[in-house]
Amino acid sequence: MTELSAEHLHEQPAEMAGPVQRVQRKMAPIVPAQNIAGRALVLVIAIMTFLSCLTFGAVTLVRDTASVWENQISREATIQIKPVEGLDMEAALAQASQIAGEFPGVKETKIIDRDATARLLEPWLGSGLNIDELPVPRLVVVTIDENNPPDFAAMRAAITPKLPSAALDDHRTWVDRLVAMARTTVTIGIAVLALMLSATVLTVVFATRGAMAGNGHIIEVLHFVGAEARFIAREFRWHFLVTGMKGAAAGGAAAILVFIVFSWWSSRNMATPQADQATALFGNFAIGSAGYLGVGLMVLVIGALTAATSHATVVTYLSDIDIRQPDAG
Amino acid sequence: MIRFENVGLRYGMGPEILRDISLHIPERSFQFLSGPSGAGKTTLLRLLFMSLKPTRGLITIFGKDRSRISRSELPHLRRRIGVVFQDFRLLDHMTTYENVALPLRVRGREEASYRTDVTELLKWVGLGERMHVLPPVLSGGEKQRAAIARALIEQPEILLADEPTGNVDPPLARRLLRLFIELNRLGTAVVIATHDLGLMEQVDARRMILAGGRLDVYD
Repeated sequence: MTELSAEHLHEQPAEMAGPVQRVQRKMAPIVPAQNIAGRALVLVIAIMTFLSCLTFGAVTLVRDTASVWENQISREATIQIKPVEGLDMEAALAQASQIAGEFPGVKETKIIDRDATARLLEPWLGSGLNIDELPVPRLVVVTIDENNPPDFAAMRAAITPKLPSAALDDHRTWVDRLVAMARTTVTIGIAVLALMLSATVLTVVFATRGAMAGNGHIIEVLHFVGAEARFIAREFRWHFLVTGMKGAAAGGAAAILVFIVFSWWSSRNMATPQADQATALFGNFAIGSAGYLGVGLMVLVIGALTAATSHATVVTYLSDIDIRQPDAG
Repeated sequence: MIRFENVGLRYGMGPEILRDISLHIPERSFQFLSGPSGAGKTTLLRLLFMSLKPTRGLITIFGKDRSRISRSELPHLRRRIGVVFQDFRLLDHMTTYENVALPLRVRGREEASYRTDVTELLKWVGLGERMHVLPPVLSGGEKQRAAIARALIEQPEILLADEPTGNVDPPLARRLLRLFIELNRLGTAVVIATHDLGLMEQVDARRMILAGGRLDVYD
């Protein structure tokens, strides 16, 4: 407006005209930084992200623990030889160990000697036990290559004709049960995680729309001063991306902190009865790199979701903005 | 510049609010739009501003048929029209300076390129001392002048003002009117919607009177 008449200034009352002030202040953002709805949105996103990350971490933990259970048990098989009339137990143990050791996929065989067997029975039969006086079965522990397990049926077929009182236990029943239990647990965990994520998505969408409702007048003003729809959408998208990321990062960081505290507690109390019990059940409370990656991914997804919701709200608002205008005169 | 031919408008299935409106707003013209409350003055301004489409009739704006103007073309055409809303529509989180500079900012212009223009314009409307103040602190008259400055910052070819003196005392109303006349003298067409007869009597200008949905023009 440089061609505007300067003389018009003199028509103004004295108090209206003043010295030119240099504008050095940083321009206010087009979308105001935070209002109550905006702060509530950050809080809601933080809480939902925290709960989602905890659920995700718990599922990761259960999955890893289930996998450890499965592997530890399937790493070993046992040959049990019952004492029968006329059987040379030591020779039978050696023979069973030799037969099993010849199979591919067997890493090692180990005979549980008399003292070790006595120690195994000590809780039930007491100390000072003379094992030769009792018809106690003896064991050969067969360590298996988990990646290339031996053919248990062939091993059983090789041992039984030579040692009729021997029985090969590949722990299949236990492994199957544990695998089934672990899979069920993981499936339930994934279902809970899916529900949690759905709840998070819906909460984030509705909270974002709620926060956007207070910005309708800004969209209108921008629209009427000639801003293009994509400019308005971009401003809101960026603002809500930052808002969503802030909340999600806070929630994700809190969840990671919880895992670190549990992990620290677990390692600090190692070898105590309660910690051993917890470790036996849940592993060592470490969610691993996949868990941390998952938390990071969740922060990004929730930020993107918030931005996308605000974008959709702006587009919808603009599409019927002219219908919504009240007719004052 | 803007021409209406037998324009009619109704909201949804309701009665026709505007009927057979024909008018022509030439360049550099000055006119008042008047009529009783609820006569459709704001609706007519909205048709002029392209925020509504007529249900019948032909509107030509800057030589273009309104019905053929696409949504993507609207922002560019709207920049040629300045609007002063009855309720000002200033953004409360921005200073007077930032509100006035908003139309330039949304076009992606650097602040350094328009700082002097905005400052000069604010001084011209008498807000030189109030440019770093937030709207909630401004008086009604100051808000009105800030809204006018925002409408003028892009040097529009036509200015539409909806009840620009509705919230100010008579002396300030006279000053605002002088401002519009000065603006018109500099080449901008002006349409002032008002039912302030006192204001209209101060200027010998064309009057468009809306009543019962019809428009009578008195040159």
